[in-house]
Amino acid sequence: MGRYKAYLLFGLMGVLLVGIGLLAGRFVLYLTMRVMLLAIFALGYNLLLGRTGLLSFGHAAFFACGSYGMSLCFLHVTPDPLVGILAGVTMAVIAALIIGFFCVRHTEIYFAMLTLAFGMMIFSLVWNLRSITGGDDGLVGIGRAPLLGFSIARDSQFYFVVLAFFVLTVWVVHRIRSSAFGLVLAGIRENPQRAAFAGLSVKGYRLAAFVISGAFAGLAGSLAAMLESNTNPFSAHWTHSAEPVLVSLIGGLQTFTGPIVGSLIFVVLREIIERFTQNWMLWFGLLLLVIIMGFRGGAMGGVERYFAQAGTKPQEEGRP
Amino acid sequence: MLESLVHVCLAGLAQGMFVWLVASGLTLIFGVLRVLNFAHGSFYMLGAYFCYTLLSALGDNFWAGLLLGPLFVCAIGFVIERFFLRYVYHFELPYQLLLTFAFVLIFDDVVKVLWGAGSLGSPRVPGLAGSVPILGRNFPTYSLFIMVAGPLLALVLWLVLEKTWAGRIIRAASSDREMASAIGVRVPALYTAVFVFGTWLGALGGGLAVPYVGLLTPGMGETIIIEAFVVVVIGGLGSLKGAFLGALVIGLLSSFGTRFIPTFDMFLTFILMAVVLVWRPQGFFGEAS
Repeated sequence: MGRYKAYLLFGLMGVLLVGIGLLAGRFVLYLTMRVMLLAIFALGYNLLLGRTGLLSFGHAAFFACGSYGMSLCFLHVTPDPLVGILAGVTMAVIAALIIGFFCVRHTEIYFAMLTLAFGMMIFSLVWNLRSITGGDDGLVGIGRAPLLGFSIARDSQFYFVVLAFFVLTVWVVHRIRSSAFGLVLAGIRENPQRAAFAGLSVKGYRLAAFVISGAFAGLAGSLAAMLESNTNPFSAHWTHSAEPVLVSLIGGLQTFTGPIVGSLIFVVLREIIERFTQNWMLWFGLLLLVIIMGFRGGAMGGVERYFAQAGTKPQEEGRP
Repeated sequence: MLESLVHVCLAGLAQGMFVWLVASGLTLIFGVLRVLNFAHGSFYMLGAYFCYTLLSALGDNFWAGLLLGPLFVCAIGFVIERFFLRYVYHFELPYQLLLTFAFVLIFDDVVKVLWGAGSLGSPRVPGLAGSVPILGRNFPTYSLFIMVAGPLLALVLWLVLEKTWAGRIIRAASSDREMASAIGVRVPALYTAVFVFGTWLGALGGGLAVPYVGLLTPGMGETIIIEAFVVVVIGGLGSLKGAFLGALVIGLLSSFGTRFIPTFDMFLTFILMAVVLVWRPQGFFGEAS
């Protein structure tokens, strides 16, 4: 896809999203917000997985840091939503800095296992420190106080807050990917030795990617706490960490739009399957098998290949 | 005080041996196939459910259920390796892990469909249902049985791997796949065999878990797989000796943790895993990479 086509596409997406916000019913609003929150989570996460080539199984912990940071700030400090979100993101960033510092020493399976260990450590704290986190009940009664004087209490109002942060995320992640920093990350993924020989601090860059992805996980978490008006301890559990991985994979690991499309497919497909059957995990697992065995480029990888064959240059470099 | 400590130790050893029964298959599969199998927890769960159903069908005969149940799971393991896993060995790590994770999702729901979403109570094992007094307190007989079964399994595995022809081939293929292939080992068939054997170990652990954990729930695999990961990582990925020792350490740590600092009991386990990974990623007995 050419540059202008891409801008046109994103413009259309923006118009569509604003249109949904103005016209859609409550259910579609809620579903669209869920898609956007998951997309924020996955867009940040894919900077680490697709770009830098590191598979983390602990990012649910940063999502939970965002949720609980936001909620604790709301309950004990101030109901101001912006301060709350800032608190959530800050907490996620601090956690990601500490955890990332230890994790980026390793790659591949050891990195995955180490992030899993740290993630479950945070889960165990969330689960057991009842007096602070509410244990298995989570924290409840997270309200939505006015933001900069505007009421966001109703879903149709809060929708535009989520949309604003979604657009911000898309823009920031796009800037990061096309920056020199983003190219270094891709270079590290392809060949860490050469990156190190070129004088780059491989660990430093990995840590930066880790913290940035953690920050977006925290943002998604704090917005999720506001959307659901409670926190769920299982948002820190390792099974939740698999979600951004699955979403990136469905959409296409090596594409920018992959996580967005993947989130859409994930949330909508789940709704549809749950209409007909109790067993959405079964069908989703089967779909996952098909994708891994036959369509590893994901949905957007497939679209880009199609455009490439039609004679246009693909936007991203694909890997065989 | 002393009696209490002895009992905490015993419970820890039993818990350790219980996790070892499950983790042995996981580490064996990783050692040879180099795939970390999330679905191992599902094999454990399926093993538990199949044993449960069979032992009820066979007139509450626990041993018959334990003998036959895991064989069904082996068939599932065979299909997974032969028709799916075999094609992803050369893929990147995320694809391999997510392929096994897809089976976790599938089997969690399959169990719900076949056995219902609620939990099932466990049957009693004739002869092992009661408890024996140790230092004036009762200790479950079945836990003692697990404490015997664990080392017994370790001994059998050691004998098979070190003393038999099949064991030599497995060790050869795990240390150098290409060289083993060059001297005439049919590596793909060997991989299938090892995977099926590992599956059997996981399902056997599940069958033995039926009276030990008491309740069967869909999703019971998701807890045990993480415990097994911890054990396998601490001991060194792919090392059976390491997994045995790791299981003992984790069992005792969590038993003492539950007794003295219940709030941080789970935390302790994962901090040990993290410390080992940071300080010595190859674990107690793994090979340095």
